[in-house]
Formats: sequence, structure tokens, C-alpha cells
Amino acid sequence: MSDADKSTIVLEAKGITKRFPGVLANDSVDLKLHKGEVLALLGENGAGKSTLMNMLYGLYHPDEGEIWIKGERVELKNPRDAIDRGVGMVHQHFQLVPVMTVAENVMLGSEITSRGGILARRRAVKRVNELSQQYGLEVDPTALVEDLPVGTQQRVEIIKALYRNADILILDEPTAVLTPQEANELFRIMRDLTAQGVSIIFITHKLKEVLAVADRIGVLRGGRVVGTAEPSTSTETSLAEMMVGRSVILQVKKEEARPQDLVLKVENLHVKDDRGHLAVKGVDLEIRAGEIVGVAGVQGNGQRELVEALTGLRAVEDGRVTIDNVDSTQFSPRQITELGVAHIPEDREKHGLVMAYTLADNMVLNNYYQKPYARGIVMNKEAVVENGAHLVKEFDVRPPNVLTTAGKLSGGNKQKVIVAREFSRPTRLLIAAQPTRGIDVGSIEFIHNQIVAQRDRGVAVLVVSAELDEVLGLADQVAVMFDGRIVKTLPIEEATRERVGLLMAGAEV
Amino acid sequence: MTTTMAATTKKGLKLDAALVGRIAIILVAIAALAYYFYRPQQATAVYASTLRQSTPLVLGALCGLIGERTGIINIGIEGQMLLGAFIAFLVNVYTGNLFLAVLAGILTGALLGLFLAWMSITLKMDQIIGGTVINILALGLTSFFYVAGLTTKGKLQPIPLGPLADIPLLGPIFFNNAPITYLTIILVFFFQFALFRTVWGLRTRAVGEHPSAADTVGIRVNVMRYMNTTLAGCLSGLAGAYLTLEAVGSFERGMTNGRGFVALAVMIFGKWTPLGSWGAALLFGFATALQTQFQFLGLDFIPHQFVGMFPYVLTIVVLAGFVGRSRPPAAEGKVYDPE
Repeated sequence: MSDADKSTIVLEAKGITKRFPGVLANDSVDLKLHKGEVLALLGENGAGKSTLMNMLYGLYHPDEGEIWIKGERVELKNPRDAIDRGVGMVHQHFQLVPVMTVAENVMLGSEITSRGGILARRRAVKRVNELSQQYGLEVDPTALVEDLPVGTQQRVEIIKALYRNADILILDEPTAVLTPQEANELFRIMRDLTAQGVSIIFITHKLKEVLAVADRIGVLRGGRVVGTAEPSTSTETSLAEMMVGRSVILQVKKEEARPQDLVLKVENLHVKDDRGHLAVKGVDLEIRAGEIVGVAGVQGNGQRELVEALTGLRAVEDGRVTIDNVDSTQFSPRQITELGVAHIPEDREKHGLVMAYTLADNMVLNNYYQKPYARGIVMNKEAVVENGAHLVKEFDVRPPNVLTTAGKLSGGNKQKVIVAREFSRPTRLLIAAQPTRGIDVGSIEFIHNQIVAQRDRGVAVLVVSAELDEVLGLADQVAVMFDGRIVKTLPIEEATRERVGLLMAGAEV
Repeated sequence: MTTTMAATTKKGLKLDAALVGRIAIILVAIAALAYYFYRPQQATAVYASTLRQSTPLVLGALCGLIGERTGIINIGIEGQMLLGAFIAFLVNVYTGNLFLAVLAGILTGALLGLFLAWMSITLKMDQIIGGTVINILALGLTSFFYVAGLTTKGKLQPIPLGPLADIPLLGPIFFNNAPITYLTIILVFFFQFALFRTVWGLRTRAVGEHPSAADTVGIRVNVMRYMNTTLAGCLSGLAGAYLTLEAVGSFERGMTNGRGFVALAVMIFGKWTPLGSWGAALLFGFATALQTQFQFLGLDFIPHQFVGMFPYVLTIVVLAGFVGRSRPPAAEGKVYDPE
């Protein structure tokens, strides 16, 4: 390595190893970040990206290895140490206090004060304005964070880092919550920042984005760096193979849909969110047997409330839901289940499984009270275990032991348990919310294939996902949700990324 | 219903609530003045008593809200007050020094605060259980070591503030009080300022709302929680000292009489702000003050048990009507464990 090359390295990790109980999260990872570049770190969920970044930010401590920042070996005991050395991090889940203003959030921890610890709020507002102008990050410093859209909240996070004089910026899955247009805006900001000398580590599992914005690409798999690549010589397929370690099919394989009779009919549905505000504001939706309708939309536009209302988990304020010509608007979740509705809930740990129960018990959560699992008030353990053993095999759950508790499984395997349970009964309507969020590519493929198989068996399918690619890959009809309404339903042939992206942002197309 | 309609209704409601609040305050002020012109001495007595009765409630509420703003729910205020009252009383009995006694009360509260912090942060115990432990501990200790017949050597006496004390109506109410009552009023404004205008306040609120956000900018969440819970304990201890050394002049079993729990209602009613809590405490103090004045008002056709119930009924009404409507700090009651 030449001296010139060395001098431009602003951050280097050498042989970083980190173990958690039972898991080797990082295995002697080497990483170099040059000044003014965007280094994309690609890897599946669980590949060790976030662990590595949390070590660079001082939240975790490496068991082995060295971290060098600007030519100096450092021990980062806590985030403060990292901040002092110019490292800033934008976390996947924003670290902003919702009830405080932008300026308060920006200065938190490094406050601008007049004498005696009294906050100088006007000067803080001024400083935020300066930063927002210098880097083209538009934001109102006096607005409450909870009132801001996610795209703007992310800008606040970036300003927060710049306020602390960060010149090394770690962006952890920054596009997960953005529309394609917002993501493009973020890429513009990233280029502005690198032009002003900021170096960026960009963590993602989205291949398109890597090719669009990165100068160099590092790929992590199973806690190790398995390769580096240049965007100019890479393709989505080559990167995916590196990421997963075998060839993968990015496209969901499916035949053309053959829609039959109407199964789900939603008319003028109104639903309130937890805070009592209307979140679903007049949704009309129809799904036929044998077709997949995908709901695309930025999170928080009423998708969750829609799904919860359809599955009986949330009260309907107004409107009507009919399933197979039965009015289910006021039905309980059990009544809806018994109509033949399968539900893959958005939050698998909270609503999908009982973490402390065994897999066998989890597999009968929706029919434990029926024969053969129950005889009167007594459970038939053998039947439960037998059913579990059968499903674990069929759905390839690992470890294949029905007596392990659900909490011990990986995300992908938890999701497989839910899918196994929901698909093991005769189904008329499948409602899948974020069916592949945070799980590995192998499991994603498996679950996608299962969903398509259900469709081909004549099930009506509703897929709600924040991943636009997932919706576009699975759906036969794309319904775009914005601000509590379905603003447009397009047949898949007409649903281009650009068009759907604009609709997701509330534009008329 | 359309969005615009929903938005206007919401806005309209907000506006109405503020308006109703203002009208209510004006009506109360008019009623208070009218009462004063009707029966000046009696009215003054009720109002002065209101302020004094509110003192332990405000202190308890401040203790509660500093804890909850940092994320620690403290339902042990009752116990902190009771043990604080008892220790303050004993120190006074055996040393004869009022100042030392007050300090001892404060220190007792602080130690119990530290104990609560240790249980909820280090031991990761459920905070409601932790608070209950403190309440039972205080009740047990004070009952066991209680000796009948002791009285304090002297009491904290009212200090009239020169000519200010001679202002009609306001003078006797605000400017002729004993030290802890004065101190409490100062503390209300001090903490109102500290919580919303200082670095300490900003960090405290951040820790109670979103601890990991605080952690990622280098604020030490659990240190902050330890500090604040202990500091808050001082205030409950002070409230205890008030009861024995300023209000009564002796100790009785269970003399806090649920004030620690009423203080929590006061805190909620006051929306977790010091000023709001003060207003709420005055309302509760007024309810208590009325008890003692009801007989003089010639309203003895109401059985005194019912009058005595009044503050507690008010607590139930407030809790039923306001819990859930005002928003508590988001991370309260949750253990923060970064790894």
C-alpha cells in the first residue's frame, strides 16, 4: 500500500471479533474507509453489520481486534469517545425524542448553554439553521420531532451528527423507511456530504441502492467480510450471490394469476389508531380468490390499522368488511379465523407467537380448542406434539425440535412457524403483513414461494409490505396506500417503481 | 368523515379546553374574592390552610415527577414521607435541633430514593414492587420503633416577611408561613425552570422519554436515573419533615395518611410539570382545608366523614378522568439495558 493511499484512510478496523452468548457476531473483520467516499456495507440481516457498526460507535466493545481512526489506535468505551473522534451514526431506529423540538434533539448531550447550565435555545436554533444551509438539509429547528415525516426525521439525525463535527458518518439501513424518491434525495445529500469531505459507511441489504450510490462495496456474511467489489463491475445478481453465498433467484417465480370469485370486500372502511386519530380513512378494496393484492406504502399510512381491522384486532369505526359474503365487520378474531382467514402479523414476536411456549403449542394457537387438540377442557398433548412435528418437517423449521421455545429461534424460523400454523388449515383469505421483514434471504424465498403456492390453490391474498420490491415481486394488483386511503390500484403490468413511488408520496399520477 | 373535518374538530376541542380552563380559573378567583368579602377572616384562614395543606402534596408530586421524567416510577413516596417524618422527629427529640432534624428527614428520603434506584436499575426489579417494598418497610419500621407520648422540642414557626405580610388577604396567605412552606414554593419555580430550561432538565426528560437516544449521544442513562431518583427522594423526605416539624409537632403512626398516593394524583393532574402540580396540589389542599372549616361554616348537616372523604374522592375522580388523557413520559417503568 502506498503512503498516499494510507493517508486517506480515516477509519480502519483490523481483525475485529465479537462474540455474544452462543453467537460469533463478527469474526476477524477487516474494513477500511477512505476520506470522502461512500463505502456500502452489504449483508443480510444477522450478517453482523449492525454489531460491527455499534463497535465503531462505542456501543459494543470488540473482544479482539483494533480500531484505528485517523491514524490513531483507539479504545471506544462509549459513544462519547466515538463522537469526540468525529464518528457520527444514524441508527436504523431513529434516536430522537419525539416530544422535543429539532433543536433540542440536535444539541442533546452537547448542549449550547449560557452561564450555569441554562440552555441557550435561540443560539441552538441558529446553529441548526446554519448546518441545514451548509449541507442542504432542510428542516425547521423549532418543530416537534413527532410532527415530522420520517424523511425529515432522518435529516435531523444527520444534522445531529454534523453538529458534533462528525466527518465519519455511519448510516444504518437509512432507506428502510423511505419512499424511492426520498431515498434519492438522501443519496443526493450523501453526495453533497462526501463532496465536503465527509466519509460515509452506508449499511444496507438493498442491492439497487448499493449500485446507485457506493464508491466501494464490502460484503458481510456470517460475521465475516466475504468480499469487496466495485459498483462499476458488479451486478445485482453477483452481489446477491456474494451476500447469500449461493446463487439466488431475485425474482419471485409465478404463473399468471387466474382470479375467481370475490372473497374479500372492504367498503368505506374507517379505523382509528392507538391515539384515537383516524388512520384508515375510507378504504375500498376487493380481493378475488387466486390473486395477490399487494399494498404498497410508506410505513404509518394506515396499513397496520387496516390489517388489524380486517383481522378483528382493532375496532372498525365505520364501513363494512365482508369475507365470502359474510359481514365480518364486528367479528372477533376467532370468528374471523374460523371463516378461513390466515394472518401473518407484522410483529411476529408480539402478535405472532408466544415466545415462552414450545413450537408445538405455538402451532395450535389458532385451533387448540378444537379436536383433536382438545377434549373438552383437557388438552391432548400427543396430538399437539404430533401436529408440531409434522409441520416443523414440512416447513423446514430449524432446529426441528418441537419442544424448543419459540423465543430461541432466529427471525426467519420464527416466521416459518407462523406460516406453518397459518397455512395448515383450509384457507380462503391470507393476510400477510411485512411477511419477510428482517429475515434471511433463504427464508424470504421460502415464504414467497409459499404465498404464491397459496394463491395458486385458490386463496385470496393480501400482502402488506414496506419493501416496495416485495410488493412488486409478489402482487398481481398493487394498491398504493397514502394517508389512510388507497389512492390507486394498478395491475402489476402498469405498476412501475417510479409510478408507485410517486403515489406512495401522495402525488397524483 | 374527512380529514379536514377531523382536524378542525380536534383543533376546536383543544381551543375549547384552554378556554374552559381560563374561564374556570377566573370563576374560582371571583368566588374566592366573593367569599373573602363575605367572611374575611374565615376565608383567609381557609386559603392559608390550603397553601399549608398543599405543601407535602407538592413536594411529593415533585418527587414523583422528577423520578418519572427520568423513567423511574416511584409509588414509594408515601413510605419515603413516613420514614422521613419519623427520623426527622426522632432527631429533633434527641438533639433538640430543628435544622438537623429537617436535614435528617431529607437524608432519609434520599436514602430510600437511592434504595428504589438500586432495586429498579441494578436489580431490574419491577418498579411498582420496589415502591411497595419501601411503603411496607416504612410502615413496619415506624410502627415498630414508635414510642407513644414523645413530642418535638419546638416547631418550625411562621416567619412574617415584613410589610409584605400586612397586605390584606395575600399577606397572611403567602407571606406569613413557616420555612418549609416558603421553600416549597421556591422549589416549584426552581424545578419548573430546571426541567425545561437547563441542561439537566433536557437530559432528564430525554432519559425518561427515549433512553437509547440519550445513550447514543453520550448521556449515561442509568447514572442519571440514580441521581435523579435520589434527589427526588430528598423532596419526599422534606415533606415528611414538614409533617412532624412544621405541621403537627409530633409523630403518629401512619401519619402520612395516603398523602404520598394523593401526591401521585397531583402529579398526573399537573401533567408531570412542577407548576401544574402546584396548581393541582392547591386544589387538593383546598379540599383538605375545607374539612377543618366546614364545621365553622355551619354546614354540620353534612356528616364529617363525608367531608373527610373529599380529598380522596377528588383523587379518584382525577385519576379516572385524567389518567390516559395526559401523556406520561414514554420510557417510565422500563429497565434500560443497552446490550
